[in-house]
Amino acid sequence: MDKSTFEERQTIAGPMHSELRHDSAHKHVAGTADYIDDIPEPAGTLHGALGLTDRAHAEITDMDLSTAAALPGVVCVLTAKDMPHSNDISPTHLHDEPVLADGRVQFHGQPAFAVIAETRDIARRAARLAKITYRDLPHMIDVADAMAGGGELVTPPLTLQRGDAEGELERAPRRLKGRMRIGGQEHFYLEGHIALAVPGEDDEMAVWVSTQHPSEVQHMVAQVLGVPSNAVTVNVRRMGGGFGGKETQGNQFAALAAVAARKLRRAVKFRPDRDDDMTATGKRHDFLVDYDVGFDEDGQILAVHATYAARCGFSADLSGPVTDRALFHADNAYFYPHVKLTSQPLKTNTVSNTAFRGFGGPQGMVGCERIIEEVAYALGKDPLEIRKLNFYGDGNSGRNITPYHQTIEDNIIRQIVDELETSADYQARRAAIIDFNRSSRVIRKGIALTPVKFGISFTLTHLNQAGALVHVYNDGSVHLNHGGTEMGQGLYTKVAQVLADSFQIDIGRVKITATTTGKVPNTSATAASSGSDLNGMAAFDAARQIKERLVAFAAERWQTTAENVTFVPNHVKIGEELVPFAEFIGQAYAARVQLSAAGFYKTPKIHWDRSAGRGTPFYYFAYGAAVSEVSIDTLTGEYLVDRVDVLHDVGRSLNPAIDLGQIEGGFVQGMGWLTTEELWWDEKGRLRTHAPSTYKIPLASDRPKIFNVRLAEWSENAEKTIGRSKAVGEPPLMLPISVLEALSMAVASIADYRECPRLDTPATPERILMAVERLRGR
Amino acid sequence: MAQASDSIRFILNDREVALSDVAPTDTLLDFLRLERRLTGTKEGCAEGDCGACTVLVGRLTGNSESLVYETVNACIRFVGSLNATHAVTVEHLAASDGTLHPVQQAMIDFHGSQCGFCTPGIVMSLYGLWLTKDNPSRAAIEKALQGNLCRCTGYEPIIRAAEAAAKERPSAVFDPITRTRETVAARLKALRATETIVIGKGEDCLIVPADTAGLATVLAEHPAATIVAGATDVGLWVTKQMRPINPAVFINGIAELQKIESSEAGLTIGAGVSYTAAFEALVAYPTFGALLDRIGGEQVRNMGTIGGNIANGSPIGDSPPPLIALGATVTLRSKDGTRPLPLEDFFIAYGKQDRRPGEFLESIFVPALPAGDRFAAYKVTKRRDEDISALLGAFRISLEGDRVKTARIAFGGMAATPKRAKAVEAALLGQPWTEDTVRSAQTAFETDFQPIDDWRATSAYRMLAAKNLLMRFFLESIGEEAQLQRFEDVA
Repeated sequence: MDKSTFEERQTIAGPMHSELRHDSAHKHVAGTADYIDDIPEPAGTLHGALGLTDRAHAEITDMDLSTAAALPGVVCVLTAKDMPHSNDISPTHLHDEPVLADGRVQFHGQPAFAVIAETRDIARRAARLAKITYRDLPHMIDVADAMAGGGELVTPPLTLQRGDAEGELERAPRRLKGRMRIGGQEHFYLEGHIALAVPGEDDEMAVWVSTQHPSEVQHMVAQVLGVPSNAVTVNVRRMGGGFGGKETQGNQFAALAAVAARKLRRAVKFRPDRDDDMTATGKRHDFLVDYDVGFDEDGQILAVHATYAARCGFSADLSGPVTDRALFHADNAYFYPHVKLTSQPLKTNTVSNTAFRGFGGPQGMVGCERIIEEVAYALGKDPLEIRKLNFYGDGNSGRNITPYHQTIEDNIIRQIVDELETSADYQARRAAIIDFNRSSRVIRKGIALTPVKFGISFTLTHLNQAGALVHVYNDGSVHLNHGGTEMGQGLYTKVAQVLADSFQIDIGRVKITATTTGKVPNTSATAASSGSDLNGMAAFDAARQIKERLVAFAAERWQTTAENVTFVPNHVKIGEELVPFAEFIGQAYAARVQLSAAGFYKTPKIHWDRSAGRGTPFYYFAYGAAVSEVSIDTLTGEYLVDRVDVLHDVGRSLNPAIDLGQIEGGFVQGMGWLTTEELWWDEKGRLRTHAPSTYKIPLASDRPKIFNVRLAEWSENAEKTIGRSKAVGEPPLMLPISVLEALSMAVASIADYRECPRLDTPATPERILMAVERLRGR
Repeated sequence: MAQASDSIRFILNDREVALSDVAPTDTLLDFLRLERRLTGTKEGCAEGDCGACTVLVGRLTGNSESLVYETVNACIRFVGSLNATHAVTVEHLAASDGTLHPVQQAMIDFHGSQCGFCTPGIVMSLYGLWLTKDNPSRAAIEKALQGNLCRCTGYEPIIRAAEAAAKERPSAVFDPITRTRETVAARLKALRATETIVIGKGEDCLIVPADTAGLATVLAEHPAATIVAGATDVGLWVTKQMRPINPAVFINGIAELQKIESSEAGLTIGAGVSYTAAFEALVAYPTFGALLDRIGGEQVRNMGTIGGNIANGSPIGDSPPPLIALGATVTLRSKDGTRPLPLEDFFIAYGKQDRRPGEFLESIFVPALPAGDRFAAYKVTKRRDEDISALLGAFRISLEGDRVKTARIAFGGMAATPKRAKAVEAALLGQPWTEDTVRSAQTAFETDFQPIDDWRATSAYRMLAAKNLLMRFFLESIGEEAQLQRFEDVA
């Protein structure tokens, strides 16, 4: 019996709630973390490139690929007709998304063929040698085009309704209508899409792909090849960023690689160039929001009627749930006594828009905060005053029902906002800024405090399930696998902490392994911020099962009761005896105890009736708030973000270091979306911002000059989540709405804050200057 | 020792490499990843904008013969341009016992990586900074990171890591470059070509001339050759447009083109002087230094040259407008001699410059700013750093009494070439230097320019901002604060 180790160290390394570094951090900095393009290629690997079309909407009347096929080094050229079983990769099974365009081009850059060659360079060159003849058809590029063109939808819209919004608007003492344009966003994961397919025996296909959704890739590859899912194994150790852009968008590359691999019996890799990646894969939806708000002289909102129209692109992809989630967040943290919200998922001749961190929620919330701003400027009040007046109330207030009829039971937005308002010294700084603006001719400042309330759960209820597979080997080392994917968010680290904590062993004993459909089946995408909630619980469940068997074994072997068997740091304590974990496991193995378990978890309580627009789609809410201060140059519209203070709720953090990173990173990414990141299509429907030279995500020098981020350490999830933590992936992305509003205030100073500047997004220097010009002289 | 003339020889980490089978378009990144399987260096964009491919390249500078290491984008750095250099990748940083470099360790300790894909590039950029600055300010750190995109962290932890690493200065044993500096310098000296290197046959070749005379000879033989200096533009012709560039003539190693000479009359800048190297000289002209700091990222500034920025004829190059406003002239050289030309006359039309077959740009002469002249250049972009100008205005005026005596104003992004605003100049000349004069001169921009709409800005914005930049120039001349500054101190 070894007591020394235990006495020296009473805790394990890497328990839950500790500031553990990312599990791959050492490999990241050393350059030894393998991404898919870094894995040694099987001998004879071929390379694919997409053949892109250059019409927004057209019939293909002829496609001459002979020159491409004849280029030395080209092995074959694939078209839609080469798909062995199906040319369809529609993730929602609406059959509206072909692998390769078949006779009809629906967006500029849609792939119509693929070249497979001995090298990537040859494949890329050959892909430009096709002669495609088109018969042009009329195209619709943006939301306004689509509305004017009849408003065809890619998927059924949603309406959320409570009370009598139209009637109350008529009766309201004050009423305002407006429109806001909210831009889309390119994910700009640093690692672009990539897939490597390696054919196996019989109908087997192994695929390595940078995806957030291995199970869906598995199903899509199986569907395209015409084989059962059990023939396809999808693997991914890590992604170089995902942000939603790898939820469905990897399917195409995996399917093409697999089709070529099947046909040629050789390994095939697809790694599109950055420009092709940005051209041919979907982005965050841009929205046109029409709002109509009724309110009283105090600023109390009485009714809201809003329509959220989205540019979905040529197919549905995830546009249904994305536009639904926009409506679910069109209230943000505010109670609307009477409300009617409608989505319009519009079809356009652009790339099919897809998931992106927040999944429509951010657009819903930006529209909502515009409404608040409008009310505040109309009444000449600080928008924060209007916000506080309209916050959801607590249990007995009668003001805690959402537009989708869910009762909010965990509301902490007032605590968050009050604490931040004080700690960031909001009132004094606002007064100083108003003072500064009186005397400053060119430079103007603005400040804003905006809240976030974000619903956690997939709104398609059945997706809220997860599995894990845990093995304890007879040397006491532990193998961890689960259905979640690692894209940098630290999921693998957090779940390993859960397992280390459950067994009370140092995290170094837990081997984190790549996600694979062969170990955990039927997984949901790592999305909706759900990764650690779902997979952490599944791993916890697997550990529970193994521990129950171990406890039963110990009770029998040591002739004691189960209550006397406990897992203590790196040991098992049986009565008064401490047995080192490895030794104990060796004994359990010898006694033929099953040391492996498949864990499972499904989120309780939630349900959603979409057709009725009623239910409890969210298990709980995550909250946060930010104060941002900016300066603008009224001669050019250029601006700086001078200071940001954030207070954010992650419940009881599983890993405060990782959570802080998610908040800081999410903030800057959301700030980029609302400021410098602009997608620009020309009149032909061609996206011209398809590379980092033209599409500008934030740099180090764009981040807030002073950036104070704190966790609401007092918060604990009211629901029984893993360690009472909360999801953190998406909610912080909406904190920088405060930057947008601060910019807006700086602009509003031009007309003495009498008019809402109605700043659309992204608020580029151009939009700022043009807003300044609109307000001059008013 | 006789220098072989048919191979590119350089040092990669701790090995000497001699390559005799190099295509003009072969990039350092592909060489590292595909040939050497050094996969720590990543491809993020293949156009020098994201920095995931950042490596250090050490070279002996001009006459001083000192060994400097600079960050570069391996994705657009051609192998043919590497002769007599030392390429250092992320794999070279840790000690042989696996001990990480302080920069790497700080990135771990401060949680500076999330997805990790940009991380090797960030580590290399921070390492480049660590080598040159003991106690970098936040401004200096941000400048070092201008060419590195991170989509996960929001940068804050990376900045903290850079600050912490700066304090860690263990013995040279831990630092691979410090440790080998002298031996590497000696080896690079030996690798320097004394005659022209030619790899390939006929027009399908790459050529590395040893000096300007060699360059003139080569261009006389191959008048259609692509002259490649920093490759920050030509690199994209290859990686994005897949254009052939053969015969390619790599001139980045020619010491004569990297000279900067200063006299009372002004500055003579060799066409091969990088933005980074030009900074020290051009910083003497007010705002020019700050402007240079907003061209590309550090990697691009280390590779890209003032000469290339002129010779490629782009209407949105950042150095021509201020140089035109300063009255710069260029010298073109061929086998037959040299030809001086006012810079503004070099630009004929979009994509058309006054460079004759066999000619190359040798140097740029920038007259000294006469005492009393006021000069400023303003760049306007969507994103402040590492962005291409929506427009760029350069202003120079002198007063006689309170009246405008001379005015030279030039803009980029407003026309098909960098162009003077002659109507605006005329509207100012002889007028009192007052806000009223400026207001009435603003309308003259409409005579000078009809800018276009594109993804960087609309025509309306360009016009309005151009007018307002003149107002900014005026307001600053009377001491008003009319421009935002993130940091007081310049990096």
